[in-house]
Amino acid sequence: MATTKHILVALVEDKPGVLNRMASLFRRRGFNIESIAVGHSETPKMSRMTFVVNGAANVVEQVRKQLDKIVETVKVSDITGDNVITRELAFIKVKANSANRSEIIQIVDIFRANIVDVAPDSVIIEATGDEEKINSLFNLIRGFGIKEIARTGRIAMTRGGSGPLPVMKKPPRTQAKGQKKATK
Amino acid sequence: MKMTGAQMICESLVKEGVEVIFGILGGAILPLYDVLPQYPQLRHILVRHEQGAAHAADGYARATGKVGVCFATSGPGATNLVTGIANAHLDSSPMVAITGQVARPFIGKDAFQEVDITGITLPITKHNYLVMDAASIPETMKEAFYLAGTGRPGPVLIDLPRDVQQESAEFNYPNRTNLPQYKPTRQGHPAQIKKAAKLIGESQRPLIIAGRGIIISGAYAELKELVEKAQVPVVTTLLGTSCFPESHALSYGMIGMHGMAYANMAVDAADLIIAIGMRFDDRATAKVSGFAPHAHIIHIDIDPAEIGKNVRVDMPIVGDAKSVIGELNKLVDKTKHIDWVRKLDEWRKEHPSLIIRDGESLLPQYVVRQIYEATNGEAIIVTGVGQHQMWAAQHYWYDKPNTFISSGGLGTMGFGLPAAIGAKVGCPDSTVWCIDGDGSLQMTIQELATIAQEKVGVKIAVLHNTYLGMVRQWQELFYNKRYVATPLSSPDFVKIAEAYGLPALRVERREEVAPAIQKAMAEPGAFLIDFIVEPEENVYPMVPPGAALAEVLEEPRKGAKAVKDSAKLPVSNI
Repeated sequence: MATTKHILVALVEDKPGVLNRMASLFRRRGFNIESIAVGHSETPKMSRMTFVVNGAANVVEQVRKQLDKIVETVKVSDITGDNVITRELAFIKVKANSANRSEIIQIVDIFRANIVDVAPDSVIIEATGDEEKINSLFNLIRGFGIKEIARTGRIAMTRGGSGPLPVMKKPPRTQAKGQKKATK
Repeated sequence: MKMTGAQMICESLVKEGVEVIFGILGGAILPLYDVLPQYPQLRHILVRHEQGAAHAADGYARATGKVGVCFATSGPGATNLVTGIANAHLDSSPMVAITGQVARPFIGKDAFQEVDITGITLPITKHNYLVMDAASIPETMKEAFYLAGTGRPGPVLIDLPRDVQQESAEFNYPNRTNLPQYKPTRQGHPAQIKKAAKLIGESQRPLIIAGRGIIISGAYAELKELVEKAQVPVVTTLLGTSCFPESHALSYGMIGMHGMAYANMAVDAADLIIAIGMRFDDRATAKVSGFAPHAHIIHIDIDPAEIGKNVRVDMPIVGDAKSVIGELNKLVDKTKHIDWVRKLDEWRKEHPSLIIRDGESLLPQYVVRQIYEATNGEAIIVTGVGQHQMWAAQHYWYDKPNTFISSGGLGTMGFGLPAAIGAKVGCPDSTVWCIDGDGSLQMTIQELATIAQEKVGVKIAVLHNTYLGMVRQWQELFYNKRYVATPLSSPDFVKIAEAYGLPALRVERREEVAPAIQKAMAEPGAFLIDFIVEPEENVYPMVPPGAALAEVLEEPRKGAKAVKDSAKLPVSNI
């Protein structure tokens, strides 16, 4: 079955081993996690994780249900294809000298990125954006000579509304789905 | 009240109503064992290998419905539990395993007998804990028992560093758990149940596939009511065996690789499958694409992750079997499916899957049938894994609820003997027969010493065929009879039993079977019978690997009709 990119967002308790438990469910099926981002959420002692994985839709849905079963998990949503904003942050350390520094700065400006460090032989660019934006910036800068690159992995959020992740309520998602199916 | 971590564990066990612990001690769990005598209400059963502790706790849990408890020390003690924990995990058996760990300052330093057991058991437990301070023990214990025993049950492991067991803290056992995000769905969705009832009413050829979920939730009466009210025939999975009386007119036995031919044909022909508390294991469904090709599928299960995992499901109902069937019974119409039931009875007549051949030789099926006769079908049967397991499931008729205990999901050879110990300790007033094979028994044979020391009155029937029989059967049928590594020489089991201090008998002829079983039953304590059975007997019916359920092979015999293609049935209108 064709694999597609999926963005899974999880609200979990901030406890040791939670990331391990979640990652292990992907590993078991041989999924490569393309990116992962973890940080505090709006609720104290709760973290929000964003996973980007490649997989067949039915397999990802099965993994999502199993992630949902982990005791520390509040809720896991597959927000692929929803009206979502995704962003990542990248640091790019690029070779630069007095001759080409201004050219680099011009490119950085076009991408509304920042120079956060200047050294005699290099600069560090800080860029935020979706995957494509970071990739095209990287492609333009590459000619100058990349020394090092670090990317955070994507974070994602659905636009408008109250969001897909109510904290305390866990609606019977499977049933609601089945219900729709059965009426067809 | 202030006490040590070790005392807190014992206090918590007492508060949770635990009566028996199976285990082996060692350095890292010594502080806990040291305080055990202060709690005489906790009976400790010393096993001979930690795998036996886990299986015994599992067998105890299955027989009683309570949470089974086992103890082991750090390192090898803990890793020896792993098979037993995985077994409990796959068969949804409630268990709390407590392991010792090296003292906190040594963790992560490859200390003597240190192993990352929480890491190792992460994918085979429902949840696990590494307890880093004594003050969190009461809450952890409360959570562990709650998680193990509720929702879809499963094993929970608690890893306890040695110095945490010695540390003192205040003990206040919580009345309730603080697990806001763990809320198993018990009640089924009313709209879904209503639609399911309607579907059952409209169906022409409905069939219930009942699994271990019926036993776990104790939905025996509800299932029987549903079956009789809507006149729906019942088949069971291997672990669903004994969830519905097999002598009932609407019971058609077990489905799956070694299920009854007519049961598998019923699945193939049904237009509505009502699957309750089962998870469409590949041994039950055979080839998934050929599973119930004419049927709508209603799947009732407490675990939402099981819905749609292996087969397409048309109507999922997430909830506890007892509650969902109870609600369903209120809505379902009193109907009759006379033609369908008549058809199944016809198949049962044409394809008798349980005939035992006459003749001189001692057949394993005959032994199982004799145990059935001698126990009036009222014993708890515990099995290992292999041919004997299938014969025990097929040829003993289970009318009493929850009387068949076996390793289904993991298929753990060696499960039988220790699990039988657990079952007998949990149900001392029941007759417990361990039906085992010569291969399976030898994987945990050392537990005979546990039986002798603790005086556990388990009756053991070894179906001794001098092969790893199930694998030999596969070699015979699919590997052109190349019996690689399956011939098995065994010690003299009678002498072995006697060396452990247990009475035993050898049986080699049909006429000796019944008297030997009577002798074993008359013995107040344990008894072992070594039945030397036909070496190359095969388990039939059999669905070959990769085939669909309807392509079942029956025992070759004279005048047998080939299984008819049931696909020529009228298309249902539901």
